[in-house]
Amino acid sequence: MAKIVAVTGNEAVANALRQVNPDVCAAYPITPQTDMMQRFASFVSDGKVDTEIILVESEHSAMSACIGAAAGGGRVVTATSSQGLALMWEMLFIAAGTRLPIVMPVVNRALSSPLNIHGDHSDAMGARDSGWIQLWSENAQEAYDNTIQAFRIAEHMDIRLPVMVCLDGFITSHSIERIEYLEDDEVKNFAGEYQQLYPLLDVDNPKSYGPLILPDLYMEYKRAQHEVMTRVSKFVLDVAADFEKLSGRKYGLFESYRLDDAEIALVILNSAAGTAKDVVDEFRDKGIKAGLLKPRLFRPFPYEEVASALKSAKAICVMDRADSFGGFGPMYMEIASAMMLNGSRPILINKIYGLGGRDFMPEHAQMVISELDEIAKGGKIKTFKEYIGVRE
Amino acid sequence: MADMVEIRWHGRGGQGTVTAAKVLADACLSGGRYVQAFPEYGPERSGAPLRAYNRISSKELRMHCPVLHPQVVGVVDATLLDGINVAEGATEDAIFIVNSSKDPKEIREKLGATQKQRVIIVDATKIAIECFGRALPNSPMLGAVCKVTGLVSLDALLEDVRKSFGKKFSQKIIDGNLEATRRGYEEVREG
Repeated sequence: MAKIVAVTGNEAVANALRQVNPDVCAAYPITPQTDMMQRFASFVSDGKVDTEIILVESEHSAMSACIGAAAGGGRVVTATSSQGLALMWEMLFIAAGTRLPIVMPVVNRALSSPLNIHGDHSDAMGARDSGWIQLWSENAQEAYDNTIQAFRIAEHMDIRLPVMVCLDGFITSHSIERIEYLEDDEVKNFAGEYQQLYPLLDVDNPKSYGPLILPDLYMEYKRAQHEVMTRVSKFVLDVAADFEKLSGRKYGLFESYRLDDAEIALVILNSAAGTAKDVVDEFRDKGIKAGLLKPRLFRPFPYEEVASALKSAKAICVMDRADSFGGFGPMYMEIASAMMLNGSRPILINKIYGLGGRDFMPEHAQMVISELDEIAKGGKIKTFKEYIGVRE
Repeated sequence: MADMVEIRWHGRGGQGTVTAAKVLADACLSGGRYVQAFPEYGPERSGAPLRAYNRISSKELRMHCPVLHPQVVGVVDATLLDGINVAEGATEDAIFIVNSSKDPKEIREKLGATQKQRVIIVDATKIAIECFGRALPNSPMLGAVCKVTGLVSLDALLEDVRKSFGKKFSQKIIDGNLEATRRGYEEVREG
Protein backbone atom coordinates (compact mmCIF):
# COMPACT_ATOMS: atom_id res chain seq x y z
CA MET A 1 0.00 0.00 0.00
CA ALA A 2 1.40 3.33 -1.05
CA LYS A 3 1.64 6.09 1.49
CA ILE A 4 0.98 9.61 0.21
CA VAL A 5 3.08 12.37 1.74
CA ALA A 6 4.14 15.95 1.08
CA VAL A 7 7.93 16.03 1.32
CA THR A 8 10.99 17.60 -0.28
CA GLY A 9 13.10 15.82 -2.90
CA ASN A 10 15.96 15.45 -0.43
CA GLU A 11 13.63 13.95 2.15
CA ALA A 12 12.18 11.51 -0.40
CA VAL A 13 15.60 10.29 -1.56
CA ALA A 14 16.87 9.98 2.03
CA ASN A 15 13.80 7.86 2.73
CA ALA A 16 14.54 5.65 -0.29
CA LEU A 17 18.07 5.12 1.07
CA ARG A 18 16.63 4.25 4.48
CA GLN A 19 14.28 1.72 2.91
CA VAL A 20 17.15 0.09 0.99
CA ASN A 21 19.31 0.06 4.15
CA PRO A 22 22.80 0.01 2.59
CA ASP A 23 25.87 -1.36 4.38
CA VAL A 24 28.03 1.76 4.19
CA CYS A 25 27.43 5.46 3.58
CA ALA A 26 30.14 8.10 3.30
CA ALA A 27 28.77 11.56 4.03
CA TYR A 28 30.08 15.06 3.51
CA PRO A 29 27.87 18.17 3.46
CA ILE A 30 27.38 20.41 0.45
CA THR A 31 24.42 22.63 -0.44
CA PRO A 32 21.84 21.68 -1.70
CA GLN A 33 22.50 18.02 -0.89
CA THR A 34 23.35 18.57 2.80
CA ASP A 35 19.97 17.85 4.32
CA MET A 36 19.68 14.55 2.45
CA MET A 37 22.76 13.15 4.19
CA GLN A 38 21.74 14.89 7.42
CA ARG A 39 18.43 13.06 7.34
CA PHE A 40 20.16 9.80 6.53
CA ALA A 41 22.63 10.35 9.39
CA SER A 42 19.60 10.73 11.69
CA PHE A 43 18.29 7.36 10.49
CA VAL A 44 21.67 5.86 11.41
CA SER A 45 21.79 7.46 14.85
CA ASP A 46 18.15 6.57 15.55
CA GLY A 47 18.81 2.93 14.67
CA LYS A 48 16.42 2.99 11.68
CA VAL A 49 19.12 1.47 9.44
CA ASP A 50 22.09 -0.85 9.98
CA THR A 51 24.33 1.32 7.82
CA GLU A 52 27.84 2.19 8.94
CA ILE A 53 28.23 5.90 8.27
CA ILE A 54 31.67 7.37 7.64
CA LEU A 55 31.90 11.12 8.19
CA VAL A 56 34.74 12.05 5.91
CA GLU A 57 36.76 15.27 5.52
CA SER A 58 36.04 15.93 1.83
CA GLU A 59 34.18 14.56 -1.16
CA HIS A 60 37.39 13.13 -2.54
CA SER A 61 37.55 11.12 0.67
CA ALA A 62 33.81 10.33 0.46
CA MET A 63 34.23 8.67 -2.92
CA SER A 64 37.48 7.01 -1.81
CA ALA A 65 35.67 5.56 1.21
CA CYS A 66 32.86 4.34 -1.06
CA ILE A 67 35.36 2.68 -3.38
CA GLY A 68 37.06 0.93 -0.48
CA ALA A 69 33.80 -0.20 1.07
CA ALA A 70 32.34 -1.38 -2.24
CA ALA A 71 35.51 -3.29 -3.12
CA GLY A 72 35.35 -4.75 0.37
CA GLY A 73 31.98 -6.25 -0.53
CA GLY A 74 29.36 -3.80 0.74
CA ARG A 75 26.33 -2.07 -0.69
CA VAL A 76 27.47 1.55 -0.64
CA VAL A 77 25.96 5.03 -1.05
CA THR A 78 26.91 8.67 -0.80
CA ALA A 79 25.42 11.91 -2.15
CA THR A 80 26.84 15.17 -3.42
CA SER A 81 26.41 18.36 -5.45
CA SER A 82 28.43 20.77 -7.54
CA GLN A 83 31.95 21.39 -6.17
CA GLY A 84 31.67 18.16 -4.22
CA LEU A 85 31.18 16.16 -7.39
CA ALA A 86 33.98 18.15 -9.02
CA LEU A 87 36.30 17.27 -6.15
CA MET A 88 35.40 13.58 -6.59
CA TRP A 89 36.34 13.69 -10.25
CA GLU A 90 39.50 11.60 -9.97
CA MET A 91 37.78 8.96 -7.86
CA LEU A 92 34.66 8.78 -10.07
CA PHE A 93 36.71 7.23 -12.85
CA ILE A 94 38.24 4.77 -10.40
CA ALA A 95 34.83 3.72 -9.09
CA ALA A 96 33.57 3.06 -12.62
CA GLY A 97 36.79 1.54 -13.96
CA THR A 98 36.88 -0.81 -10.98
CA ARG A 99 33.23 -1.74 -11.70
CA LEU A 100 31.91 -0.91 -8.24
CA PRO A 101 28.10 -0.61 -7.96
CA ILE A 102 27.99 2.55 -5.81
CA VAL A 103 24.71 4.54 -5.82
CA MET A 104 25.03 8.31 -5.55
CA PRO A 105 22.22 10.89 -5.66
CA VAL A 106 23.57 14.09 -7.22
CA VAL A 107 21.57 17.20 -6.33
CA ASN A 108 22.43 19.28 -9.38
CA ARG A 109 23.97 22.67 -8.72
CA ALA A 110 26.02 25.20 -10.66
CA LEU A 111 29.81 25.16 -10.56
CA SER A 112 32.08 28.00 -9.43
CA SER A 113 33.27 30.53 -10.45
CA PRO A 114 31.39 32.72 -9.63
CA LEU A 115 30.13 30.93 -6.54
CA ASN A 116 26.47 29.95 -6.83
CA ILE A 117 24.51 27.43 -4.80
CA HIS A 118 21.51 27.09 -7.13
CA GLY A 119 20.41 24.47 -9.57
CA ASP A 120 21.86 23.72 -12.98
CA HIS A 121 23.29 20.62 -14.62
CA SER A 122 26.94 21.64 -14.99
CA ASP A 123 28.08 19.30 -12.24
CA ALA A 124 26.70 15.99 -13.52
CA MET A 125 27.31 16.90 -17.17
CA GLY A 126 30.96 17.34 -16.22
CA ALA A 127 30.95 13.73 -15.00
CA ARG A 128 29.48 12.51 -18.27
CA ASP A 129 32.64 10.68 -19.38
CA SER A 130 33.48 9.14 -16.00
CA GLY A 131 31.88 5.79 -16.79
CA TRP A 132 28.97 6.20 -14.36
CA ILE A 133 25.41 5.39 -15.34
CA GLN A 134 23.26 8.53 -15.05
CA LEU A 135 19.53 8.62 -14.33
CA TRP A 136 17.78 12.02 -14.31
CA SER A 137 14.62 12.94 -12.40
CA GLU A 138 11.90 15.50 -13.13
CA ASN A 139 10.52 15.73 -9.60
CA ALA A 140 10.71 14.28 -6.10
CA GLN A 141 8.69 11.20 -7.11
CA GLU A 142 11.06 10.35 -9.94
CA ALA A 143 14.09 10.99 -7.73
CA TYR A 144 12.68 8.58 -5.15
CA ASP A 145 11.76 5.96 -7.76
CA ASN A 146 15.07 6.29 -9.62
CA THR A 147 17.04 5.88 -6.40
CA ILE A 148 15.29 2.60 -5.63
CA GLN A 149 15.78 1.33 -9.19
CA ALA A 150 19.43 2.47 -9.22
CA PHE A 151 20.46 -0.29 -6.80
CA ARG A 152 19.07 -3.02 -9.04
CA ILE A 153 20.73 -1.53 -12.14
CA ALA A 154 24.11 -0.92 -10.48
CA GLU A 155 24.25 -4.31 -8.81
CA HIS A 156 23.09 -6.44 -11.74
CA MET A 157 25.66 -9.21 -12.08
CA ASP A 158 26.12 -8.45 -15.79
CA ILE A 159 26.66 -4.73 -15.15
CA ARG A 160 28.32 -3.86 -11.80
CA LEU A 161 28.67 -0.13 -12.44
CA PRO A 162 28.11 2.95 -10.29
CA VAL A 163 24.92 4.98 -10.80
CA MET A 164 24.24 8.69 -10.30
CA VAL A 165 20.65 9.75 -9.67
CA CYS A 166 20.33 13.41 -10.67
CA LEU A 167 17.71 15.80 -9.30
CA ASP A 168 17.53 19.59 -9.53
CA GLY A 169 19.02 21.56 -6.67
CA PHE A 170 16.41 23.53 -4.67
CA ILE A 171 13.70 23.20 -7.34
CA THR A 172 13.38 19.50 -6.51
CA SER A 173 15.63 19.02 -3.49
CA HIS A 174 13.99 21.71 -1.32
CA SER A 175 10.44 22.00 -2.67
CA ILE A 176 7.66 20.12 -1.00
CA GLU A 177 5.55 18.01 -3.35
CA ARG A 178 3.03 15.24 -3.09
CA ILE A 179 4.68 11.90 -3.56
CA GLU A 180 3.84 8.25 -3.03
CA TYR A 181 6.12 6.15 -0.88
CA LEU A 182 6.30 2.40 -1.23
CA GLU A 183 6.19 0.28 1.90
CA ASP A 184 9.52 -0.51 3.56
CA ASP A 185 9.30 -4.24 2.87
CA GLU A 186 8.33 -3.64 -0.76
CA VAL A 187 11.49 -1.59 -1.31
CA LYS A 188 13.59 -4.06 0.64
CA ASN A 189 12.34 -6.95 -1.47
CA PHE A 190 12.69 -4.99 -4.69
CA ALA A 191 16.32 -4.07 -3.98
CA GLY A 192 16.97 -7.64 -2.81
CA GLU A 193 19.91 -9.04 -0.89
CA TYR A 194 23.21 -7.52 -1.91
CA GLN A 195 25.29 -9.96 -3.94
CA GLN A 196 29.02 -9.60 -3.53
CA LEU A 197 31.42 -9.94 -6.44
CA TYR A 198 35.13 -10.42 -5.69
CA PRO A 199 34.95 -8.91 -2.18
CA LEU A 200 38.33 -7.85 -0.80
CA LEU A 201 37.23 -8.85 2.69
CA ASP A 202 37.00 -12.48 1.60
CA VAL A 203 40.53 -12.95 2.89
CA ASP A 204 40.63 -16.65 2.08
CA ASN A 205 40.42 -15.74 -1.59
CA PRO A 206 42.79 -12.81 -2.03
CA LYS A 207 42.50 -10.61 -5.10
CA SER A 208 43.85 -7.33 -6.45
CA TYR A 209 41.99 -4.12 -7.23
CA GLY A 210 43.49 -1.20 -9.16
CA PRO A 211 46.58 -2.75 -10.72
CA LEU A 212 48.84 -1.00 -13.21
CA ILE A 213 47.83 -1.87 -16.76
CA LEU A 214 50.25 -0.76 -19.44
CA PRO A 215 49.70 -0.22 -23.18
CA ASP A 216 49.48 -3.93 -23.94
CA LEU A 217 46.09 -4.30 -22.20
CA TYR A 218 44.76 -0.87 -21.18
CA MET A 219 42.80 -0.32 -24.38
CA GLU A 220 41.10 -3.72 -24.17
CA TYR A 221 40.07 -2.82 -20.63
CA LYS A 222 38.55 0.49 -21.77
CA ARG A 223 36.75 -1.15 -24.66
CA ALA A 224 35.26 -3.63 -22.18
CA GLN A 225 33.96 -0.67 -20.17
CA HIS A 226 32.21 0.66 -23.25
CA GLU A 227 30.81 -2.76 -24.07
CA VAL A 228 29.24 -3.21 -20.66
CA MET A 229 27.68 0.24 -21.04
CA THR A 230 26.04 -0.84 -24.30
CA ARG A 231 24.21 -3.56 -22.36
CA VAL A 232 22.91 -1.26 -19.61
CA SER A 233 19.76 0.06 -21.28
CA LYS A 234 18.23 -3.42 -21.55
CA PHE A 235 18.57 -3.91 -17.79
CA VAL A 236 17.31 -0.40 -17.09
CA LEU A 237 14.12 -1.37 -18.93
CA ASP A 238 13.88 -4.75 -17.14
CA VAL A 239 14.18 -3.04 -13.77
CA ALA A 240 11.63 -0.40 -14.83
CA ALA A 241 9.18 -3.14 -15.83
CA ASP A 242 9.52 -4.78 -12.41
CA PHE A 243 9.16 -1.41 -10.75
CA GLU A 244 5.99 -0.69 -12.68
CA LYS A 245 4.47 -3.95 -11.40
CA LEU A 246 5.25 -2.83 -7.87
CA SER A 247 4.34 0.86 -8.06
CA GLY A 248 2.14 1.33 -11.12
CA ARG A 249 4.56 4.02 -12.30
CA LYS A 250 6.07 3.55 -15.75
CA TYR A 251 9.66 4.42 -16.62
CA GLY A 252 11.62 4.10 -19.85
CA LEU A 253 14.98 5.23 -21.17
CA PHE A 254 13.32 8.61 -21.70
CA GLU A 255 9.83 10.04 -21.63
CA SER A 256 8.10 10.73 -24.94
CA TYR A 257 5.44 13.36 -24.43
CA ARG A 258 3.00 13.85 -27.34
CA LEU A 259 5.78 12.99 -29.79
CA ASP A 260 4.01 10.46 -32.03
CA ASP A 261 2.99 12.96 -34.70
CA ALA A 262 5.02 15.93 -33.46
CA GLU A 263 6.38 18.28 -36.11
CA ILE A 264 8.29 20.33 -33.58
CA ALA A 265 9.88 19.06 -30.40
CA LEU A 266 11.72 20.11 -27.29
CA VAL A 267 14.38 17.98 -25.65
CA ILE A 268 14.65 18.98 -22.02
CA LEU A 269 15.81 17.41 -18.75
CA ASN A 270 14.48 17.33 -15.22
CA SER A 271 12.20 19.87 -13.51
CA ALA A 272 11.97 22.26 -16.47
CA ALA A 273 10.45 19.41 -18.51
CA GLY A 274 7.39 19.51 -16.26
CA THR A 275 6.88 23.22 -16.88
CA ALA A 276 7.43 22.69 -20.62
CA LYS A 277 4.87 19.83 -20.82
CA ASP A 278 2.12 22.19 -19.68
CA VAL A 279 3.16 24.58 -22.47
CA VAL A 280 3.22 21.77 -25.05
CA ASP A 281 -0.41 21.11 -24.10
CA GLU A 282 -1.28 24.79 -24.69
CA PHE A 283 0.18 24.64 -28.21
CA ARG A 284 -1.53 21.30 -28.94
CA ASP A 285 -4.82 22.97 -27.97
CA LYS A 286 -4.08 25.59 -30.62
CA GLY A 287 -3.52 22.82 -33.20
CA ILE A 288 0.27 23.05 -33.27
CA LYS A 289 1.88 19.62 -33.29
CA ALA A 290 4.39 20.08 -30.51
CA GLY A 291 5.98 17.33 -28.44
CA LEU A 292 8.67 16.84 -25.85
CA LEU A 293 11.38 14.31 -25.10
CA LYS A 294 12.72 14.14 -21.57
CA PRO A 295 15.86 11.99 -21.27
CA ARG A 296 16.09 9.76 -18.21
CA LEU A 297 19.09 7.56 -18.98
CA PHE A 298 21.78 10.01 -20.09
CA ARG A 299 24.70 7.59 -19.77
CA PRO A 300 24.70 5.28 -21.60
CA PHE A 301 22.79 7.47 -24.07
CA PRO A 302 20.09 5.62 -26.04
CA TYR A 303 20.91 7.17 -29.43
CA GLU A 304 18.83 4.90 -31.66
CA GLU A 305 15.74 4.96 -29.50
CA VAL A 306 15.90 8.76 -29.12
CA ALA A 307 16.36 9.25 -32.88
CA SER A 308 13.40 7.01 -33.55
CA ALA A 309 11.20 8.86 -31.06
CA LEU A 310 12.07 12.19 -32.71
CA LYS A 311 11.72 10.97 -36.29
CA SER A 312 8.60 12.95 -37.22
CA ALA A 313 10.02 16.27 -36.01
CA LYS A 314 11.07 18.85 -38.60
CA ALA A 315 12.51 21.27 -36.06
CA ILE A 316 13.88 20.42 -32.63
CA CYS A 317 15.14 22.63 -29.85
CA VAL A 318 17.53 21.00 -27.41
CA MET A 319 17.43 22.85 -24.11
CA ASP A 320 20.57 22.70 -21.99
CA ARG A 321 20.85 23.73 -18.35
CA ALA A 322 24.62 23.42 -18.67
CA ASP A 323 27.08 24.79 -21.16
CA SER A 324 30.25 23.96 -23.00
CA PHE A 325 31.81 27.36 -23.49
CA GLY A 326 32.82 27.74 -27.09
CA GLY A 327 30.74 24.71 -28.01
CA PHE A 328 27.12 23.57 -27.93
CA GLY A 329 25.36 22.43 -24.76
CA PRO A 330 26.05 18.80 -23.79
CA MET A 331 22.53 17.54 -24.55
CA TYR A 332 22.60 19.21 -27.98
CA MET A 333 25.71 17.27 -28.91
CA GLU A 334 23.99 13.98 -28.01
CA ILE A 335 20.84 14.74 -29.96
CA ALA A 336 22.87 15.91 -32.97
CA SER A 337 24.76 12.59 -32.89
CA ALA A 338 21.52 10.64 -32.55
CA MET A 339 19.92 12.35 -35.54
CA MET A 340 23.01 11.69 -37.69
CA LEU A 341 22.81 7.98 -36.86
CA ASN A 342 19.35 7.48 -38.26
CA GLY A 343 19.97 9.81 -41.19
CA SER A 344 17.08 12.15 -40.48
CA ARG A 345 18.14 15.75 -40.67
CA PRO A 346 15.72 17.95 -38.76
CA ILE A 347 16.69 21.51 -37.98
CA LEU A 348 18.30 21.41 -34.59
CA ILE A 349 18.72 24.49 -32.43
CA ASN A 350 20.19 24.83 -28.94
CA LYS A 351 19.00 27.05 -26.10
CA ILE A 352 20.95 27.47 -22.89
CA TYR A 353 18.62 28.26 -19.97
CA GLY A 354 18.41 28.27 -16.19
CA LEU A 355 22.12 28.49 -15.33
CA GLY A 356 22.83 29.06 -11.64
CA GLY A 357 19.15 28.69 -10.72
CA ARG A 358 17.72 31.26 -13.17
CA ASP A 359 14.00 30.48 -13.26
CA PHE A 360 12.65 28.61 -16.27
CA MET A 361 9.17 30.06 -16.81
CA PRO A 362 6.33 28.93 -19.09
CA GLU A 363 7.01 32.06 -21.20
CA HIS A 364 10.43 30.69 -22.08
CA ALA A 365 8.95 27.44 -23.36
CA GLN A 366 6.26 29.41 -25.26
CA MET A 367 8.92 31.53 -26.93
CA VAL A 368 10.94 28.50 -27.99
CA ILE A 369 7.96 26.53 -29.31
CA SER A 370 6.77 29.58 -31.28
CA GLU A 371 10.22 29.94 -32.80
CA LEU A 372 10.26 26.22 -33.73
CA ASP A 373 6.83 26.57 -35.30
CA GLU A 374 8.14 29.39 -37.50
CA ILE A 375 11.22 27.38 -38.46
CA ALA A 376 9.15 24.29 -39.29
CA LYS A 377 7.02 26.44 -41.61
CA GLY A 378 10.14 27.50 -43.48
CA GLY A 379 11.09 30.51 -41.41
CA LYS A 380 14.62 31.70 -40.97
CA ILE A 381 16.87 30.25 -38.29
CA LYS A 382 17.98 33.09 -36.04
CA THR A 383 20.95 31.37 -34.50
CA PHE A 384 21.83 27.78 -33.66
CA LYS A 385 22.94 28.45 -30.09
CA GLU A 386 21.27 31.07 -27.93
CA TYR A 387 20.94 31.94 -24.24
CA ILE A 388 17.37 32.52 -23.09
CA GLY A 389 16.02 34.27 -20.01
CA VAL A 390 19.20 36.34 -19.93
CA ARG A 391 19.65 40.12 -19.68
CA GLU A 392 21.10 41.83 -22.73
CA MET B 1 -12.20 27.78 -5.69
CA ALA B 2 -10.60 26.90 -9.05
CA ASP B 3 -8.99 23.55 -10.04
CA MET B 4 -5.63 25.00 -9.12
CA VAL B 5 -4.99 27.59 -6.43
CA GLU B 6 -1.71 29.50 -6.38
CA ILE B 7 -0.63 31.30 -3.23
CA ARG B 8 2.24 33.72 -2.69
CA TRP B 9 3.49 34.43 0.81
CA HIS B 10 5.46 37.54 1.76
CA GLY B 11 7.27 37.55 5.07
CA ARG B 12 10.58 38.23 6.73
CA GLY B 13 13.20 35.65 7.66
CA GLY B 14 12.45 34.17 11.09
CA GLN B 15 8.66 34.66 11.10
CA GLY B 16 7.82 31.10 10.14
CA THR B 17 6.52 31.97 6.67
CA VAL B 18 8.17 28.96 5.00
CA THR B 19 6.82 26.71 7.75
CA ALA B 20 3.33 28.12 7.11
CA ALA B 21 3.59 27.21 3.41
CA LYS B 22 4.77 23.71 4.33
CA VAL B 23 2.00 23.12 6.87
CA LEU B 24 -0.63 24.34 4.41
CA ALA B 25 0.67 21.99 1.69
CA ASP B 26 0.60 19.04 4.04
CA ALA B 27 -2.90 19.88 5.27
CA CYS B 28 -4.16 20.17 1.66
CA LEU B 29 -3.01 16.65 0.70
CA SER B 30 -6.40 15.32 1.70
CA GLY B 31 -8.86 14.30 -0.97
CA GLY B 32 -6.15 13.15 -3.37
CA ARG B 33 -5.00 16.67 -4.14
CA TYR B 34 -1.57 17.58 -5.46
CA VAL B 35 0.43 20.16 -3.53
CA GLN B 36 3.63 22.16 -3.76
CA ALA B 37 5.33 24.39 -1.18
CA PHE B 38 8.60 26.11 -1.91
CA PRO B 39 10.40 29.25 -0.79
CA GLU B 40 12.49 31.52 -2.94
CA TYR B 41 16.00 30.81 -1.75
CA GLY B 42 18.36 33.71 -1.37
CA PRO B 43 20.83 34.75 1.26
CA GLU B 44 18.76 33.66 4.26
CA ARG B 45 18.90 36.28 6.95
CA SER B 46 16.66 36.97 9.86
CA GLY B 47 14.45 39.95 9.04
CA ALA B 48 15.14 39.98 5.29
CA PRO B 49 12.09 39.97 2.99
CA LEU B 50 11.30 36.55 1.55
CA ARG B 51 8.66 34.91 -0.61
CA ALA B 52 7.24 31.43 -0.45
CA TYR B 53 4.70 29.74 -2.69
CA ASN B 54 1.97 27.12 -2.64
CA ARG B 55 0.15 25.36 -5.44
CA ILE B 56 -2.83 23.18 -4.61
CA SER B 57 -4.51 21.32 -7.44
CA SER B 58 -6.88 18.50 -8.21
CA LYS B 59 -4.63 17.64 -11.19
CA GLU B 60 -0.97 16.62 -11.22
CA LEU B 61 1.31 19.63 -10.75
CA ARG B 62 4.08 19.58 -13.34
CA MET B 63 4.93 23.28 -13.28
CA HIS B 64 8.19 23.94 -11.45
CA CYS B 65 8.55 27.71 -11.34
CA PRO B 66 7.61 30.58 -9.05
CA VAL B 67 3.97 31.72 -8.84
CA LEU B 68 3.56 34.95 -10.82
CA HIS B 69 -0.23 35.30 -10.72
CA PRO B 70 -1.39 34.34 -7.24
CA GLN B 71 -5.07 34.05 -6.36
CA VAL B 72 -4.15 34.41 -2.70
CA VAL B 73 -1.44 36.69 -1.29
CA GLY B 74 -0.49 36.23 2.37
CA VAL B 75 1.42 39.11 3.92
CA VAL B 76 2.95 37.92 7.19
CA ASP B 77 4.62 41.27 7.92
CA ALA B 78 2.73 44.46 7.04
CA THR B 79 5.92 46.57 7.09
CA LEU B 80 6.66 44.95 3.73
CA LEU B 81 3.76 46.92 2.22
CA ASP B 82 5.97 50.03 2.30
CA GLY B 83 8.90 48.43 0.52
CA ILE B 84 7.57 45.99 -2.07
CA ASN B 85 4.52 45.71 -4.27
CA VAL B 86 2.89 42.59 -2.85
CA ALA B 87 -0.03 43.02 -5.27
CA GLU B 88 2.20 42.51 -8.32
CA GLY B 89 0.71 40.00 -10.74
CA ALA B 90 -2.20 39.11 -8.42
CA THR B 91 -5.32 37.90 -10.25
CA GLU B 92 -8.21 40.32 -10.67
CA ASP B 93 -10.21 38.45 -8.01
CA ALA B 94 -7.24 37.89 -5.70
CA ILE B 95 -7.59 37.71 -1.94
CA PHE B 96 -5.04 39.55 0.19
CA ILE B 97 -4.62 38.34 3.74
CA VAL B 98 -2.53 40.78 5.75
CA ASN B 99 -1.19 40.56 9.29
CA SER B 100 -2.09 43.98 10.66
CA SER B 101 -3.82 45.74 13.54
CA LYS B 102 -4.95 48.54 11.24
CA ASP B 103 -8.33 49.18 9.72
CA PRO B 104 -8.90 46.91 6.69
CA LYS B 105 -9.91 49.94 4.59
CA GLU B 106 -6.55 51.58 5.23
CA ILE B 107 -4.75 48.43 4.09
CA ARG B 108 -7.00 48.17 1.03
CA GLU B 109 -5.95 51.66 0.07
CA LYS B 110 -2.29 50.93 0.62
CA LEU B 111 -2.52 47.81 -1.56
CA GLY B 112 -4.38 49.65 -4.27
CA ALA B 113 -6.76 46.69 -4.38
CA THR B 114 -9.54 46.77 -6.98
CA GLN B 115 -13.25 46.31 -6.22
CA LYS B 116 -13.13 42.65 -7.22
CA GLN B 117 -10.17 41.91 -4.99
CA ARG B 118 -10.77 41.07 -1.35
CA VAL B 119 -8.70 42.44 1.51
CA ILE B 120 -8.68 40.53 4.80
CA ILE B 121 -6.93 41.60 7.98
CA VAL B 122 -5.92 39.50 10.94
CA ASP B 123 -3.88 40.81 13.88
CA ALA B 124 -1.68 37.72 13.82
CA THR B 125 1.26 39.11 15.77
CA LYS B 126 -0.99 40.17 18.68
CA ILE B 127 -2.73 36.78 18.68
CA ALA B 128 0.64 34.98 18.68
CA ILE B 129 1.95 37.05 21.61
CA GLU B 130 -1.24 36.45 23.59
CA CYS B 131 -1.30 32.69 22.87
CA PHE B 132 2.34 31.68 23.28
CA GLY B 133 4.28 34.81 24.13
CA ARG B 134 6.27 35.23 20.92
CA ALA B 135 5.82 37.42 17.86
CA LEU B 136 5.62 34.48 15.44
CA PRO B 137 2.53 35.19 13.33
CA ASN B 138 2.55 32.11 11.11
CA SER B 139 -0.05 29.97 12.88
CA PRO B 140 -2.76 32.68 13.11
CA MET B 141 -2.01 33.54 9.45
CA LEU B 142 -2.64 29.89 8.57
CA GLY B 143 -5.93 30.02 10.45
CA ALA B 144 -6.94 33.10 8.46
CA VAL B 145 -5.97 31.52 5.11
CA CYS B 146 -7.97 28.45 6.05
CA LYS B 147 -11.05 30.50 6.90
CA VAL B 148 -10.93 32.72 3.83
CA THR B 149 -10.00 30.17 1.16
CA GLY B 150 -11.82 27.11 2.50
CA LEU B 151 -8.98 25.01 1.05
CA VAL B 152 -8.96 22.81 4.11
CA SER B 153 -11.14 22.36 7.18
CA LEU B 154 -10.05 23.96 10.46
CA ASP B 155 -9.86 20.53 12.10
CA ALA B 156 -7.54 19.19 9.39
CA LEU B 157 -5.36 22.29 9.66
CA LEU B 158 -5.15 22.02 13.46
CA GLU B 159 -4.15 18.39 13.13
CA ASP B 160 -1.32 19.39 10.80
CA VAL B 161 -0.16 22.23 13.04
CA ARG B 162 -0.08 19.72 15.89
CA LYS B 163 1.96 17.30 13.78
CA SER B 164 4.43 19.87 12.37
CA PHE B 165 5.05 21.78 15.60
CA GLY B 166 5.08 18.56 17.62
CA LYS B 167 8.40 17.58 16.07
CA LYS B 168 10.21 20.60 17.47
CA PHE B 169 8.37 22.17 20.39
CA SER B 170 7.06 21.56 23.90
CA GLN B 171 3.38 20.79 24.57
CA LYS B 172 2.88 24.34 25.88
CA ILE B 173 4.10 25.88 22.63
CA ILE B 174 2.06 23.41 20.56
CA ASP B 175 -1.12 24.22 22.52
CA GLY B 176 -0.39 27.94 22.15
CA ASN B 177 -0.02 27.56 18.38
CA LEU B 178 -3.23 25.54 18.11
CA GLU B 179 -5.08 28.28 19.98
CA ALA B 180 -3.43 30.93 17.79
CA THR B 181 -4.48 29.07 14.62
CA ARG B 182 -8.06 28.86 15.89
CA ARG B 183 -8.11 32.55 16.79
CA GLY B 184 -6.62 33.52 13.41
CA TYR B 185 -9.49 31.59 11.82
CA GLU B 186 -12.08 33.39 13.94
CA GLU B 187 -10.68 36.91 14.02
CA VAL B 188 -10.43 37.80 10.33
CA ARG B 189 -11.85 41.19 9.36
CA GLU B 190 -12.72 42.24 5.84
CA GLY B 191 -12.49 45.73 4.39
